Amino acid sequence: MVDVAFQPNRAAAAQSGRRRVGLRNALRRKSMSAFLMTLPLILLIAVLVIYPAFYSLHLATLNKAMTKFVGFGNFEFLFKRDTFWLVVKQSCIFAISAVVFKALIGFIVAHFVHNVPANKQRKWRGMLLVPWVIPPAMSTLAWLWLFDPSYSAFNYTLSFFGIGPIPWTGDAMWARFSVILVNVWYGAPFFMIMYLAALKSVPEQLYEAAAIDGANWWQRIWYVTLPMMRNIIAITTLFSLIVTFANFDIVRILTAGGPLDHTHIFATWAFRVGIEGSDIPLGASVSLFMVPILAVAAIFILRDITKRGNES
Amino acid sequence: MSRKKLSRREFVAATALSSAALITAPYVRGAYAAGKLSMGFWDHWVPGANSASTELVNEWAAKEKVEVQIDYITSQGNKNIVTIAAEAQAKSGHDIFQMPTWWPQANAELLEPVNDIMDPLVKLNGEVNGTVKYLGQADGKWLGVPASVGSQIKGPCSRIDLMKKYAGIDVQEMYPAGSPPKADNWTLDTFLKAAEACHKAGFPFGIGLGETSDNVDTAGAIFQSYGAHLVDAKGNLTVKTDAVRQALEFYKKLLAFLPPDVAAWDDASNNKWLVAGKGAMIMNPPSAWAVAKRDAPQVAEQCWTHGFPAGPKGRFAPYLPFFWSIWSFSKNKEAAKSLLTFLSQPASIEKMVIASGGYDLPAYEKLTTLKVWEEQGPPKGTLYHYPNPYKHQTLSIAASPAPPKVAQQIYFQATLTKMCLRYYQGEAMEKTLAWAEGECEGFMRS
Repeated sequence: MVDVAFQPNRAAAAQSGRRRVGLRNALRRKSMSAFLMTLPLILLIAVLVIYPAFYSLHLATLNKAMTKFVGFGNFEFLFKRDTFWLVVKQSCIFAISAVVFKALIGFIVAHFVHNVPANKQRKWRGMLLVPWVIPPAMSTLAWLWLFDPSYSAFNYTLSFFGIGPIPWTGDAMWARFSVILVNVWYGAPFFMIMYLAALKSVPEQLYEAAAIDGANWWQRIWYVTLPMMRNIIAITTLFSLIVTFANFDIVRILTAGGPLDHTHIFATWAFRVGIEGSDIPLGASVSLFMVPILAVAAIFILRDITKRGNES
Repeated sequence: MSRKKLSRREFVAATALSSAALITAPYVRGAYAAGKLSMGFWDHWVPGANSASTELVNEWAAKEKVEVQIDYITSQGNKNIVTIAAEAQAKSGHDIFQMPTWWPQANAELLEPVNDIMDPLVKLNGEVNGTVKYLGQADGKWLGVPASVGSQIKGPCSRIDLMKKYAGIDVQEMYPAGSPPKADNWTLDTFLKAAEACHKAGFPFGIGLGETSDNVDTAGAIFQSYGAHLVDAKGNLTVKTDAVRQALEFYKKLLAFLPPDVAAWDDASNNKWLVAGKGAMIMNPPSAWAVAKRDAPQVAEQCWTHGFPAGPKGRFAPYLPFFWSIWSFSKNKEAAKSLLTFLSQPASIEKMVIASGGYDLPAYEKLTTLKVWEEQGPPKGTLYHYPNPYKHQTLSIAASPAPPKVAQQIYFQATLTKMCLRYYQGEAMEKTLAWAEGECEGFMRS
């Protein structure tokens, strides 16, 4: 015998109760609250990044007067221009060499800082981060004065040793060197701090085990440190590669692409063509050309990281 | 709390009374009855020059009952042209925008024609020069009103003492204050000899070969002095001509007498060169002299601004005008036109020129002999010949007479200075010409 009378609405009430409980549970889940908290940022990115990205795609398909759809016409035009291929070559030289040196210097400096006694590390970390925290437009202006064609402080100093004057921004090779140098100066601290964090997470027991096995300094780096840091190195390299490929301010301020276009990279040439030359569709096409290059780099690097994650 | 109910009769009576009162009351014009007007003006680098524009705009606004908003937008870092591009894309922004050189043509389809105000202004102030027409008109349509603010000639600014001592040229005698120039012998050959002499003496001319405006402007005037154009007015390629070859040969000779780092010069380099007392001449509007007056008075006292040397095809000087243009999406075009008419009255122009210390140049021929240029100093009269008062040189812009949208590319890609540099660095003449021709072909895409 049942002791509860039949209630026709009971099923519906139970269902709505379940729904409330479900919502409460969903809100209690960490992932859900995290999503809700990041939602404003996601919306902001959608408005400020995704919309402009699609708009630039749209622009890249228009003719110069922006009155006609030309499909890939702008890219076809660019592929026939020598200057464009010069810019592609320079962007690769600039980004790859800058990232390699940033990684190398960051790695070495991170080791130095790691070996500094803990109570003095904060001071060193703070000092070494200074180039990275100064807005690059400002610090590049200081570099511009150091490299100034007529009044270079570097040349003044070198003159005491009978060297120079060096055409820091007036000769194609020196100008390339100068823009890469400034980019390395600016970006190396980022690598340093990332690598330092990675170094601190390497278990000390691994080094002790390696020492018992008789590993020397180089073997400890090669067989312990580097494998433990691989993911951080890969992600930092990818991030830096993207940022360096898209660099604008350093080259724009230091050389404006000169001399003879020999320091132009995608962003500076896109600005020259699109804004200064009033050919916005072509400028958009130049800047979009970075996307496939960076996408390929991202796929390779991220695939490698995922593979290692699965293996472990 | 009691609440009185409004009866239908009372409502009708109250409405009738209020309507009668409104109709019979005298018309009171509100403070901003004629609406709003916003303008993006170029941020002048002469301290205090913006205030003259502000005062004039406010004077007009008070008279016309218009609410005005002025934004002074700097050209540092190209902020003004980035703003133009953004407003053109968004089809929204200021009502009036002060556009430099090529931008009215680049945005011709988005600008309100101003023929109705330009025609009376030309009658009032005199004819405008050919470069203003070239940059400001498309198919007979005026794309903007020439603004005196910011418009400039980039002619030679010479050191009186150094030119006299090392080149044997008395620039004050050649361009006397208050009277016509006696510059028949001031040719590109004389200029080259003077460049050589000053270079030997350790005071080379400060003429850049970089990719920025000052560098390109000088190259443009010298090319035009040889009749050398990369693209003609009809859009035909004219790179491989004797005139272009002659201009390149001239530059090759000149480059040997310039500072070794000129390939890296920007628009500040020549100013610094003069102010530091390192050179005998630069090509610039009087801004370098004005800075010298403040920072190096002994240099400023020796500066004399004068005309360009003549070449086989004439005497050309680089001229860069600004225009006040009205966007076609402006909501108050009539007020905008009224303001531009007011700003272009002789008294308004004179006020702005005085505020700029003589830097700004009106485009109209009746306004090139204002007192301000006579009085500026030291030395007194240093700017007398700056506005080209005797019209003895043709005011031009680099890359003209190519169709403006092609010329803009030649100008900003610095094709002229790049050609000079390539040839100077040892590239064969024909290879340099072939490279330039390829570039210009690319600039012609539509």
